[in-house]
Amino acid sequence: MIHYEQNQFRLSERATSDATPLDVWRSSGAPLGAIVLVANTANNEDLALAASRASVIVLEFPTFVDGRAYSQARLLRQRYGFKGDLRASGNVLRDQALFMVRCGFSSLDVDGAAKDGYDRALSEFTFYYQSAADNAPPAWRLRADRARAA
Amino acid sequence: MYRYDELDDTIVRERAAQFRGQVARRLSGELTEEEFKPLRLMNGLYLQLHAYMLRVAIPYGVLNAAQLRRLGHIARTYDKGYGHITTRQNIQFNWPALVDVPDILDQLAEVGMHAIQTSGNCIRNVTTDQYAGATPDEIEDPRIWCEIIRQWSTFHPEFSFLPRKFKIAVTASANDRAAVRVHDIGLRLHRAADGQVGFEVLVGGGLGRTPYIAQTVREFLPKEHLLSYLEAVLRVYNLEGRRDNKYKARIKILVNSEGIDEFRRLVEEEWTSGEGHAADLPREEVERIRRQFDPPAFDRTADDDLAFNEAVAANTSFARWTRTNLAPHKQRGYAIVNVSLKPPGAAPGDITADQLDVVAHLAERYSFNEARATHEQNICLPHVRTRHLLDVWRTLDTHGMATPNIGLASDIIACPGLDYCDLANARSIPIAQRIADAFSDQALAEDVGELKIKISGCINACGHHHVGHIGILGVDKKGEEFYQITLGGSASDDAALGEIIGRSLSSDEAVSAVQQMVHFYRSARQPGERFLDTYRRLGADRFKQLLYGKE
Repeated sequence: MIHYEQNQFRLSERATSDATPLDVWRSSGAPLGAIVLVANTANNEDLALAASRASVIVLEFPTFVDGRAYSQARLLRQRYGFKGDLRASGNVLRDQALFMVRCGFSSLDVDGAAKDGYDRALSEFTFYYQSAADNAPPAWRLRADRARAA
Repeated sequence: MYRYDELDDTIVRERAAQFRGQVARRLSGELTEEEFKPLRLMNGLYLQLHAYMLRVAIPYGVLNAAQLRRLGHIARTYDKGYGHITTRQNIQFNWPALVDVPDILDQLAEVGMHAIQTSGNCIRNVTTDQYAGATPDEIEDPRIWCEIIRQWSTFHPEFSFLPRKFKIAVTASANDRAAVRVHDIGLRLHRAADGQVGFEVLVGGGLGRTPYIAQTVREFLPKEHLLSYLEAVLRVYNLEGRRDNKYKARIKILVNSEGIDEFRRLVEEEWTSGEGHAADLPREEVERIRRQFDPPAFDRTADDDLAFNEAVAANTSFARWTRTNLAPHKQRGYAIVNVSLKPPGAAPGDITADQLDVVAHLAERYSFNEARATHEQNICLPHVRTRHLLDVWRTLDTHGMATPNIGLASDIIACPGLDYCDLANARSIPIAQRIADAFSDQALAEDVGELKIKISGCINACGHHHVGHIGILGVDKKGEEFYQITLGGSASDDAALGEIIGRSLSSDEAVSAVQQMVHFYRSARQPGERFLDTYRRLGADRFKQLLYGKE
């Protein structure tokens, strides 16, 4: 697995305990600090509950073309204020790593041996046009800063 | 037009470098074709019937001379000497080798061009009125908002793996030339009763196998909230759109299964909750972009049109061209020149390398360094001084681009069809050529007037047959090419889907059916009626009877 911290990936151990599916977790009283697996069909109430009580939220990419978890990640970070580890699991490819990080994912459940490729994928772009769930300033803000500095 | 700054330039160059790495991984065998496919499809590279096809983005259709020349160079060096203008204002090259594509992208990046998001399940190149900034009938220049959408949608991290492709078009004119009602989102700039200018947001239009005309999701959206509102629509679609069946995955299916009222509720709820419209641009960035679309330095002294009037009187070919291929300009003494890419016997929308160079020269010399690719697969020069029209016409005529047929029967939209495309059931281009031949008599074509004929080689409807006044759809019947005719469609303000008129016809029958219907129209029309108007007044039955008798 790889973890995203301070603008780069570092290798991390695979999670020791399995994630609990959200329904199971909720019916056992949604204990604090759990690792919760949220399906990509979950509604906003589910997301809000997980954001407020889980320590790790695992979102799924059943195939790389299924992009629902990108929206869920932004909702968790930006609307529901989730501060814990947000993990991408499933068909997580290096060519999508940058999009995932920008949407707020903080770990990717992938083979650590492939880390170099993911590192390169992160460094391919210097600027972004739009604001997302990461801290990267969008192009319009950089332009405004430059205009003021000039 | 918009000029790239260092940030825009860096993004495009880094994308070219990234794709070079992806192609290298494919060529070295690190990636299989299956693994490479989604990567190339993020960058406009399709595997077609005979070769790769590269679709290059022309953001909202706007081109300068350096870009036109570079496209010409690419056509000459890496292709068979021509490119093809598409209905979404892009240009396609049908014969590049995979190994050359990274070099092509580097060369495009040097002139601020790319193939970003010209394919894939993402937000595609935004399109608009080709007369933007020149036409007297617009309320403001829609390209400002197109550029804002271009930047926002480029590598949007949340919306690059949507259920299906997503197309946005913008118009600011009462006369919709951008077909906004057949887009996933259509944006119509208009003035509300209180004088404020904002967007009507239309959603869920589209052609393909399940065609729909878009419905209004919001009557009036203040301009400053455009991006946050688009994010709300896209987020609802990304989370709720169907992913189990690619033919049910477009937003039009979601809108129509939920109903427009429920869809509106979902969007409004998303838009008004939480993040405070964080995607909206600050005023200073909107102004920075707006300034780049300031009108060029028009010569406002009264033009002496005497020479033009004399030339019209003296030269019947020129006179004919001025009747069909010019559009009025907002600045007195100027005209919009339409460059026809529909000469007799050619594939609609094809343009050779030499022609690209000629258009570059004309744009530079006569049109403030600007040309536009049009939705109807032609090119236009937006700002030409009346006194230069004769020179421009002569040059276009010499190079086969002055066919006086804009908006007429031979100005046909057609997809590449079975000649190029591995999805097609039938050829489109030969049918287009034969219909165009049938209307090569200029007096006849002008007498018939506006007639939109649109031809698709399969039900994916790339040739927009559903919204042709006369639509023609290629179908496969036991291995033979047949054509189904639809009537009464329109992609403009009176948008409507055409109605299938009867059993499909052989290519010979289809061509003569078009002639028969037009002949009937000329005998039945009332003063001022277009073919479409006559059809709508008389109804489908009259035309069915005409073509099929009592069967």
